[in-house]
Amino acid sequence: MNRLLGSFLSAFVFGLGLAISGMIDPAKVQGFLDISGRWDPSMAFVMAGALVVTALGYAWLRKRGEGLGGRRLQWPTQRTIDLRLVAGSALFGAGWGLSGYCPGPVIGSLASAGIDAMVFVAAMILAMFATLKLVNKSAN
Amino acid sequence: MTIAEFSTAPALLGGALIGLAAVMLMAISGRVAGVSGIVGGALTPRAGDFGWRIVFVLGLIAGVAVAVGLGVVSIPAAQNQPLARLIAAGVLVGVGTALGAGCTSGHGVCGIARGSPRSIVATMVFMVTGGLVVFALRHYFA
Repeated sequence: MNRLLGSFLSAFVFGLGLAISGMIDPAKVQGFLDISGRWDPSMAFVMAGALVVTALGYAWLRKRGEGLGGRRLQWPTQRTIDLRLVAGSALFGAGWGLSGYCPGPVIGSLASAGIDAMVFVAAMILAMFATLKLVNKSAN
Repeated sequence: MTIAEFSTAPALLGGALIGLAAVMLMAISGRVAGVSGIVGGALTPRAGDFGWRIVFVLGLIAGVAVAVGLGVVSIPAAQNQPLARLIAAGVLVGVGTALGAGCTSGHGVCGIARGSPRSIVATMVFMVTGGLVVFALRHYFA
């Protein structure tokens, strides 16, 4: 199947899943992260459902060695656990907790959510772009 | 601690659909379904590696919009978060996912599902800092 069509269909299913799971609601996400208050375990079930299906599907694809129609599977190759990974993840978590937004749900909500999502996405995209430019520059 | 009201079925079903989407993207397009990585790659494009990323973003928006439009889910209540907080959070997520090379989807779902030690570490770290920030926000700044 066409790579672009696959990308669209996959993302469409991803968006349906985000909406049905409730993860497009930042209050629900913060409710999961707040284990000291009224804990909302929803996200644990979302993660469990996603992990089981992905692990099974990925195992099948690994065994197969190629995707549908002989597509080359581009698995991530990075292996090092370094300060950059830990510091970046720590910063991401802080912003995620602060707002209840992470990239998938907030970008998916752009057409259906209010101004909050747009402001967040604008700030996120600019920061992402600046960081990637700086990192790539220092790597060269 | 008390447990909030929640329902298991939509969470599990929604999660399974997210997993299906990750498998579809790898099977059909050969790529990992990490949203920050897909968007980051579109911001610093290489030849022949741009179109599928934009299409992915459009599909994601369409999927959520259709679910909301069909009334399968309701639009979350507007939070009207303070502008400064939204911008600060957006910057933290942008810088953090660019440095840490992933977010909840790339590390939390795809990475853990393929048993990547990097992703397991990243997910533990962002869950902990996320939890600490929500704790501070709700119990000290409420």
